[in-house]
Amino acid sequence: MTAALINVPKKAKAGDIIEIKALTSHVMETGYRHTATGEVIPRDIITSFTCRFEGDEVFRADFFPATAANPFISFFTNASKSGKFDFEWIGDNGFSQTASASITVE
Amino acid sequence: MRRQPVPTRRRFLGLAAGAIGALPAAISVRPAEATPEMMATAIRAVTGGAPVQTGKVKLDIPPLVENGNSVPMTVSVTSAMTANDYVKSIHVFNEKNPQPNLGNFYLKPNAGRAQVSTRVRLADSQKITAIAKLSDGSFWSTTADVVVTLAACTEDVI
Repeated sequence: MTAALINVPKKAKAGDIIEIKALTSHVMETGYRHTATGEVIPRDIITSFTCRFEGDEVFRADFFPATAANPFISFFTNASKSGKFDFEWIGDNGFSQTASASITVE
Repeated sequence: MRRQPVPTRRRFLGLAAGAIGALPAAISVRPAEATPEMMATAIRAVTGGAPVQTGKVKLDIPPLVENGNSVPMTVSVTSAMTANDYVKSIHVFNEKNPQPNLGNFYLKPNAGRAQVSTRVRLADSQKITAIAKLSDGSFWSTTADVVVTLAACTEDVI
């Protein structure tokens, strides 16, 4: 089960600095934990997060086992024109998830 | 009548049992952990040996954390964020988790504000270091000490 929560202001004035928040559901298994029988639980994390605006990269982050489960990230960008933000998470075992949000700049 | 705490057989046995009871806590197996050297190596991998100056970076993290599984963290850097003077990337390191990285964040000049928030896991009370790389190639850093009561990352599943 995967689900992403994105928070982008619906409207902004040109030149406004807006905050974007993104959260996705993922266990972020560290690979350092053991079961009761002593077996290592294999690593299963999201390794990279990218945010693009109209195809251009706005922000990128590398995640590590030290990133908490259900990784949350917040960052800022300059609202210059109306358009669409695309979000992409990539991780172990072929994990891939995308989401998008639009903004209207007046 | 006076009673003195003389070492009797009963007292001795009681103390011995107490000591044995306390033993497992003392010899519990420590998980593999990153060391300050590993953190230094990870920092060198980012800076390439360039000097790192103190300042410009602000690291907001609670000084006392009850649960290391999810610790909110905000890093902000003083910067004009213009096309020729901006923060290229922010890197956060720890010294006692199993591996030394907490996160790498790559910014663009049009970010407007060089500030990033996320949530991290901390396996132990330790020092966190945040380093920012500016567009002119200089590196700036700050550190914060965090006390963690419940460790994360390596606890076993029951």
